Amino acid sequence: MSYLYGKNMVGGYGGADILNGCSIKVNRGEIAVIVGPNGAGKSTAMKAILGLLKLKEGKIELNGQDITKISPQERVKYGMAFVPQTNNVFNSMTVRENLEMGAHLREDNILNTLNQVFKLFPVLKDKEKQLAGELSGGQRQQVAVGRAMMTNPDFLLLDEPTAGVSPIVMNELFERILEIKNTGVSILIVEQNARQALSIADQGFVLVNGTNKISGTGSELLSNENVRRSFLGG
Amino acid sequence: MSTLVDIINAFALLSNFVLVPAISYGSQLALGALGVTLIFGILRFANFAHGDLMAFGTMITILFTWWFQSLNINLGFLPTAILALPFAIILTSMFAIIIEKSVFRFYRLNKSPPVILLIASIGVMFMINAIVRFIIGPNDQRFFDGEKFIIRAGEFKEITGLSEGIAIKSTQVITLIVTLVAVMLLFYFLNRTKTGKAMRAFSDNEDLALLSGVNPDRIVLITWIIAATLATIAGTLYGLDKSFKPFTYFMLLLPIFASAILGGIGSPIGAVVGGYIIAFSEIMLTYAYKKFFIYLLPDSLSPTGLVQLLSTDYKFAISFLILVIVLVLRPSGIFKGKTL
Ligand SMILES: Nc1ncnc2c1ncn2[C@@H]1O[C@H](COP(=O)(O)OP(=O)(O)OP(=O)(O)O)[C@@H](O)[C@H]1O
Ligand SMILES: [Mg+2]
Repeated sequence: MSYLYGKNMVGGYGGADILNGCSIKVNRGEIAVIVGPNGAGKSTAMKAILGLLKLKEGKIELNGQDITKISPQERVKYGMAFVPQTNNVFNSMTVRENLEMGAHLREDNILNTLNQVFKLFPVLKDKEKQLAGELSGGQRQQVAVGRAMMTNPDFLLLDEPTAGVSPIVMNELFERILEIKNTGVSILIVEQNARQALSIADQGFVLVNGTNKISGTGSELLSNENVRRSFLGG
Repeated sequence: MSTLVDIINAFALLSNFVLVPAISYGSQLALGALGVTLIFGILRFANFAHGDLMAFGTMITILFTWWFQSLNINLGFLPTAILALPFAIILTSMFAIIIEKSVFRFYRLNKSPPVILLIASIGVMFMINAIVRFIIGPNDQRFFDGEKFIIRAGEFKEITGLSEGIAIKSTQVITLIVTLVAVMLLFYFLNRTKTGKAMRAFSDNEDLALLSGVNPDRIVLITWIIAATLATIAGTLYGLDKSFKPFTYFMLLLPIFASAILGGIGSPIGAVVGGYIIAFSEIMLTYAYKKFFIYLLPDSLSPTGLVQLLSTDYKFAISFLILVIVLVLRPSGIFKGKTL
């Protein structure tokens, strides 16, 4: 049984439905990746899983428990951490304060996690006292992922973590994500860089117009003729 | 030629009529603007009821002061109002929370646009205004007691032998000290404590703060308590320094908003800087410099007029002018607050 199951999700932002019955599954300790064209509803599916979007139909199960009706803040307490696609840092606060905000709900000592994050993203240690709004795009993404890591999550949701990041940093970021997975965290990623993302994915979902087009393991999708032609550029 | 003594006299004159009054008035504006800026930064609307919240807080201070005076409780050379202030802060905070729960909460939960909240605050403004007039009346109330001066102009002249004296009223020193302490505590709270950081995070990026587990109800509550506290302190200091009249507090809204917007609305440090700039502008532009120039210039060049840029009747026009200039040239203010 999967750790997270978004089942036949239907919903949108008030107008026409954006999600038309798509399903997403993430197994415990695995990486699942959603790819698809712009506007397919990838971010929307992620918001639905977090509870930021009210579903008309379908349900969300976490660990076998129905969480469809639970508020996003409650889901954070259940161990879900989200890195949004945009506005994902506190611009007017320092890197350190951003990370501390991630640990806002925690009562235990956060120094251990903080050191883990600094080990994962050494540049954050150097820029600890700098305002997040003054960092480069790639550094900001690292702050955003770091903030999410500070919640000590069981389930990490990343919406295009490599957006605006140079190829070198991108590869590094994917490696970091693998490292995070190896600590036992289940991860769901939305990615434009489909090839890299699918190569670290255990499961992949191709979303088009709010429905599942193709699903399979990462390597299955990478070798699928249709996927190659439409999303991987040949 | 003017002698050294003339020059010193000229600056003593300026200190007495510009520097000292502007520092205390600036402190009062700074405290008022801090409240406005916090409400704007966290709750995201311009609270037009802030001036009348100041009047309400001051009224409570006055009522407690009268009560303590009738019981013969006092602080010796300090005004009794200082003793009354903590009680007024508690009651005014409770009053602000009642208003939040009964008026603003509804619009916040409905995610109403800021302009709706602004209009609601105008309604609240009229309501508080009526309550204050109903309880204490529309007239001037003086509630200052204790030692009036730290240094009288005459004493200053005697000590220094100058012909110009610098008078320092105890309310001016109290204003400065209380402002320094309040501002330092506020900045410590915002920058060093977990709750303060959560408030800044909420103001910076509400969605992300919620995703970090920040409890919005708690943040809103604390914001109102701080705003009410600052309003009560600012109002009481202003009332001690001048006098308390409900209508004056409504009028203060203009320089207070000008301070907050000039500094960059949403920016606490901007509110403080803005408060002093507005106060200095108001007083410097309406001061008659005739005597100042008589000291400095040779007799042949002595000014014949008052050398006053604007009559004191126009002092509010200065705030208004600065406000317009800022909104046209740099709407985000000095410290880059959120643009309105
Ligand atoms: N907050 C919103 N309000 C209204 N419509 C929205 C909102 N966010 C997204 N949409 C619409 O929903 C559709 C799907 O958007 P979504 O952000 O889920 O796409 P996406 O697959 O993440 O695209 P991208 O790859 O560009 O990030 C788009 O047509 C978009 O216009
Ligand atoms: Mg997206």
